[in-house]
Amino acid sequence: MMINLIYLTVLFPLFGFLFNGILGPKIKNEKVIGIIGSGTIGIAFIIAVVALFETLALPVDQRLTIVTLFQWIDVAGLNIHFAYQVDQLSLVMSLVVTGVGFIIHVYSIGYMHGDKSFWRFFTYLNLFIFAMMNLILADNFLLLFLGWEGVGLCSYLLIGFWYDRKFEKSTTASAGLKAFIVNRIGDFGFLLGMFLIYSSFGSLIFTDVFSRALSFNVPEHIFTLIAIFLFIGATGKSAQIPLLVWLPDAMAGPTPVSALIHAATMVTAGVYMVARCSIIYASAPTAMMVVAVIGVFTAFFAATIGLVQNDIKKVLAYSTISQLGYMFLALGAGAFSAGIFHVMTHAFFKALLFLGAGSVIHSMHDVQDIRQYGGLKKYMPVTYGTFLVAATAISGIPPLSGFFSKDEILWYSYANLGIVFWLIGVITALLTAFYMFRLYFLTFEGKEKFDSHKTHPHESPKLMTVPLIVLGVLSAIGGFIGIPEIFSGEHGNLFHTWLAPVFKAAEIKLMNIGSHSHFEEILFMAISIVAGVGGIFYARYVYLKKPAVADKTASRFKGAYNILLNKYFLDEAYEASVVNPIVKGSENILWKIADNRIIDGTINNLAKLVDNISGKIKKIQTGVAQSYALVMILGVLIALLWLIISYS
Amino acid sequence: MQIPIEYYLILSAFMFSVGIVGVLTRRNAIVVFMSVELMLNSANLTLITFSSYLGDATGQLFVFFVMAVAAAEAAVGLAIIIAIFRNKLTVNIDEINILKW
Repeated sequence: MMINLIYLTVLFPLFGFLFNGILGPKIKNEKVIGIIGSGTIGIAFIIAVVALFETLALPVDQRLTIVTLFQWIDVAGLNIHFAYQVDQLSLVMSLVVTGVGFIIHVYSIGYMHGDKSFWRFFTYLNLFIFAMMNLILADNFLLLFLGWEGVGLCSYLLIGFWYDRKFEKSTTASAGLKAFIVNRIGDFGFLLGMFLIYSSFGSLIFTDVFSRALSFNVPEHIFTLIAIFLFIGATGKSAQIPLLVWLPDAMAGPTPVSALIHAATMVTAGVYMVARCSIIYASAPTAMMVVAVIGVFTAFFAATIGLVQNDIKKVLAYSTISQLGYMFLALGAGAFSAGIFHVMTHAFFKALLFLGAGSVIHSMHDVQDIRQYGGLKKYMPVTYGTFLVAATAISGIPPLSGFFSKDEILWYSYANLGIVFWLIGVITALLTAFYMFRLYFLTFEGKEKFDSHKTHPHESPKLMTVPLIVLGVLSAIGGFIGIPEIFSGEHGNLFHTWLAPVFKAAEIKLMNIGSHSHFEEILFMAISIVAGVGGIFYARYVYLKKPAVADKTASRFKGAYNILLNKYFLDEAYEASVVNPIVKGSENILWKIADNRIIDGTINNLAKLVDNISGKIKKIQTGVAQSYALVMILGVLIALLWLIISYS
Repeated sequence: MQIPIEYYLILSAFMFSVGIVGVLTRRNAIVVFMSVELMLNSANLTLITFSSYLGDATGQLFVFFVMAVAAAEAAVGLAIIIAIFRNKLTVNIDEINILKW
């Protein structure tokens, strides 16, 4: 059985990491490094596919396999194994990570061609897949946390990959540092949640914790605390309010990194983790509400920022945050499988958008400002075609993949939460379609705004266009495994049926079977399609037909425009409220007073005291041998005297 | 008739005291050195006294050792004094105070 060899999906990337990391600098042959780097991921993908089919062959109630490698920690009742849990949820995630990961690895061979640290790039990418697979397949919270930290490390390393390049006002290295530190705040919450789980349930193994969550009599506020703490971890990793500031800066990394880590896989780890803990969340309605509110607001605010950004990767970054917000909205609404479905389709079309953007940046010689593109359609037909597919998919136009997943989320947010959530969701969908097609029209259509004497755009090599086509096909048809049940009949939604056993316990607890008519569902679906189409056509009107409208609107609402352009001054607010107090406090209090005055002062004054005393005592030493002899003789005399006295 | 043992011991103690006073008070390193020899010889005298008084030869044996070591020590000591004199052109131990802080 291949399922029992599932740990190979973890070990192959590890092998690639070690091979490229140790031998890479000596080989220097891009072909060898690239083939090892992406080949190991490809093999992992094949193993995951075989494991999927084997699991499909099993009866529905036996589709959970735990593969134990070795014992890791055994101390005072805490018993942790290096064990991997293969079930419906982890298989979906493994397929997305290894599949999309493989495509992006292949693309990277073309994109990173000629880079002086080619081997280092693939070393980090393989290490990332290794950590991500640990995160997904872990059968306990601690192993999940190991992967969680591992992907954070790789994210840091890859954001700062071009550490000698400038990025905005500082360097790529400081952008990496920002991502790492903001993630650390979230990890702190995750750790607290883990401690609380262990103290409440006495175990960290998923199956134990989740069965005990149903059987143990744990008060609801404990569940709420655990859920909130874990969610703080998720907001860090998945860039939600309030910890979203790192993801836009993460665009300092090479574009394949943005596609793999900061769009398709790592940032969805938070969604995966919350879905994995569905029972805990289902037991804490307050926490569910928090997740939904944070999700919907993040989706909305990130989309509004995306409207005015001019850097092609920045637009996509805010779009990613916004789509992640949708996923959390789904989780908060109790539609766990809809959230995971969106993780999957989003991985397809967002990775495609980033890779397409990478292809454009590649041919425009590292220019990232969309105002300097225009009319690239005829120079880069493949990039143009696939980008259009992805942009249409993310705008939620049927029958592309984004429509199915996004519409499912919107429907559940109405059915389980209320019309307000649905309304904000639909407005966000409209904004999404608008900014995505603003990006598309400014880049590929209209007049050429670059100097055609200096810049000669060209289509990217096959190594880059073939991955684009593959992802394009996936973005187009990927939604068909999750056709809504009103069209496909009961159990017609394959994706939903497949994941149902994982979330069964949580869904029973939530009892969210609202009585809504089919008419409502179709009506709401139609409204969201209209919103998407409306966004597209408005973008076409503004940016293609009447380019002056955009500038006029911007100058008329100058205040609002500036707020959006500066991302609601969130960075500045954090700078003033958190970063500066710490920096200034460290400098003025910790350094200048605590360190210089108190610690150094104590040591220096002690030394001075010893110096003073010994300076006085040293005068006793005259250097005249006779005086030493005198003292000695006096001593001998006293000793003699004492002997004589004590005899009598 | 025999000379009582106290006579020897008193003589020896007197010689020792003269040696001590010499070591402590004289300024000339050579004289200090001679005073040390005086103290050594007083100790030798005591050893011989007790040796003959107790009819045991061990004490006399020790005296030979002491004299041999004293001769060697005198050679080294005089050599040091000459070396110091060559450096400082004095053997006045008040002025040889380089052990000081």
